[in-house]
Amino acid sequence: MFKSQAPPIFRATIDTDKCIRCKRCIQNCGWSTYSWGGDRVQIDTSKCVNCLRCYHYCPTEAIEILKEETRFKDNGYWSYNHIRNIKRQAETGGIPLTGMGCDREGTILFDHLMLDACQVTNPSIDPLREPMELKTFLGKKPSKLEFTKDKNGKRKLVTKMPPNLELAAPVIFSPMSYGSISLNAQKVLARAAKECGILMNTGEGGLHEDLKPYTSNIIVQVASGRFGVNPEYLNAGVAVEIKIGQGAKPGIGGHLPGEKIPLEVAKARMIPVGTDALSPAPQHDIYSIEDLRQLIYAIKEATNYKPVSVKIATVHNVAAIASGIVRAGADIVYLDGFRGGTGAAPGIIRDHLGIPIEHALAAVDDRLRQEGIRNEASIIAAGGIRSAADAAKAIALGADAVAIGTAALMTMGCTLCGKCYTGNCSWGITTQRPELTARLDPEVYAVRLSNLIRAWVHELMEVLGALGVNAVESLRGSRERLRGVGLDAQTLDMLGIKPAGR
Amino acid sequence: MFEIDAKDKYYRDLNEEVRAAVDSGEKDIRLKNVNGQYYLATGLRGKVNITIEGVPGNDLSAFMDGPTVNIKSNAQDNIANTMNAGKIVIHGSAGDVLGYGMRGGKMHIRGDVGYRVGIHMKGVKRQSPTIIAGGTAGDFFGEYMAGGVLILLGLDSPEESPIVGDYLGTGMHGGTIYIRGPVQQKYCGAEVGVMETDADDKKVLEKHLKEYCADLGLDLKEVMSRPFKKLIPVSSRPYGNLYAY
Ligand code: SF4
Ligand code: SF4
Repeated sequence: MFKSQAPPIFRATIDTDKCIRCKRCIQNCGWSTYSWGGDRVQIDTSKCVNCLRCYHYCPTEAIEILKEETRFKDNGYWSYNHIRNIKRQAETGGIPLTGMGCDREGTILFDHLMLDACQVTNPSIDPLREPMELKTFLGKKPSKLEFTKDKNGKRKLVTKMPPNLELAAPVIFSPMSYGSISLNAQKVLARAAKECGILMNTGEGGLHEDLKPYTSNIIVQVASGRFGVNPEYLNAGVAVEIKIGQGAKPGIGGHLPGEKIPLEVAKARMIPVGTDALSPAPQHDIYSIEDLRQLIYAIKEATNYKPVSVKIATVHNVAAIASGIVRAGADIVYLDGFRGGTGAAPGIIRDHLGIPIEHALAAVDDRLRQEGIRNEASIIAAGGIRSAADAAKAIALGADAVAIGTAALMTMGCTLCGKCYTGNCSWGITTQRPELTARLDPEVYAVRLSNLIRAWVHELMEVLGALGVNAVESLRGSRERLRGVGLDAQTLDMLGIKPAGR
Repeated sequence: MFEIDAKDKYYRDLNEEVRAAVDSGEKDIRLKNVNGQYYLATGLRGKVNITIEGVPGNDLSAFMDGPTVNIKSNAQDNIANTMNAGKIVIHGSAGDVLGYGMRGGKMHIRGDVGYRVGIHMKGVKRQSPTIIAGGTAGDFFGEYMAGGVLILLGLDSPEESPIVGDYLGTGMHGGTIYIRGPVQQKYCGAEVGVMETDADDKKVLEKHLKEYCADLGLDLKEVMSRPFKKLIPVSSRPYGNLYAY
């Protein structure tokens, strides 16, 4: 057989002295790295993707996954990945696929931003013993409130309040479809959303029967493939999202490989079993802001005016686009930065298109304020939110809430191996193979995911307390509370923040 | 018959009136003097007949689930967007992107249709959408088609003259397209196979066209008198080799 010139990246090893021949590693690896050789476990290390499932489930800690030492000679210009991709392309003629978000190093603006704290001249607040409000409302806010007085002189609100979504905390789960992730993974998200008083999003793959008990915590999505969309679906959740783009793959459509389309998924999407589910790059009914408005209002007409969110990838002209989206009638603008995760994206698209969420967020918030329409829509920031610190900084830059996908999957076991597009996820997350999905117990993992949200809530409260404010509302768009470290003048100007020390 | 005069009415008010009439149990509704109002019958559910006099605006019957809509004249773009069930009969011609992501129900059009008609139509065994157009169609007819049936008749064109545009069935991976006229492989997507129709196809066609002819007052024999070409996907995974894993 033709031996690939792209050498393995990892070396799966078993200490034969420690190994008790229980064969658990063979069962656990979704990529068939291990097989039974009669008296011992055989290893085909070229298959290992370093997902660490076997390591976690080996009862005697006999397994170690090492970095393959046999590598191309180090080269400061031609990175390992450059060389490896060329080898793979020469062998297949194909586009190298990737999963999860862009993993290239490079300036990460969040890490150059520092939040403020109170000292001496203004008191900080102790969040454990004093009230602290994280409640967040997503949707249009009226530009002014009007009241009348009744006979007894009591004031009454006459302004009609636009529909808003109420969140217990400014964090929601990003859209991940049934198909790209398993039904059990979706159930984890749904349960945790309900438990934490926040929202999950169906992504573009329909709403499975089993998620119906959670619909008051669900946003349903409409994207270019229109999978699973019918009037019942549109009305099932608390809001509808139109997906124009995704941070990990701006400008291209979805492509769920046939390996991930068994009967159940095929039924939900109404396509043949085992075909590739194609979501076209554009929505062919949207070529302009006017067309977008048409779809937004078609959905509003079909749902008796539920809030509509529009999700876009952050691209160069994001501020003008977001302004158009708000003017088209969206209640929420969802900005997905280029670090955002994906089940499958061509590497060239994932790593080289779009702009970071930090830039986009600042630009959009500025633009909407300048145009006097910031109250017309809420902003959700997504695409690389790794921690409560990132969330706090995003909110200070202008976000109403953040959305997390990758971080949520990590609570289910994901180790960011990045091979979601193969449909072999050993953790039962981005796979439809029943023997793999069965290992993801929704009840157990919903507790872990809820723990994560609870932990972030506490962290956010600590930060707000240190800032001396008692509501997340007071941090929103408050860039005065941010300073930049090691950023050039232009970047600071763009972000609308001062350098540290000033 | 319940009548609503649409003259000078804003679409939102008009649609609210229509929904209120349906909710109050009206089964037969006539909209008079319609002049480009958007979203008529959008998201509407249940068994109700709606007759439209005048030209309805874009996004007619989007997400519709059950009603029958009869349009006496031409209609515009984006009709039956993601429609789930029901029927639309158009006595004139209609515009672009008809039946985008359509999941069920029928659309019978007497005249010509524009670009990207029937794209991303879906279907499973029991639920399968049908679009029949009596005239000609523009480019990208049946693009990304995943299920259902698309029929194009070219009733007003001479035999042997092409009745459909370029990029026919591009990205098709399910469903069937029937064309009553010549089809050249070079104008089709790479994943589409063009073949002759057989006795089974004839049965399928007759079933669909019988109802179509009844709706539009046409003669079934006449319609069936020319040969049809049949287009189906030849690969369920046209892009299987596009990627390096
Ligand atoms: S792919 Fe995962 S489970 Fe399989 S050998 Fe490698 S680390 Fe272990
Ligand atoms: S979801 Fe699974 S396949 Fe994807 S990165 Fe995480 S562990 Fe790997």
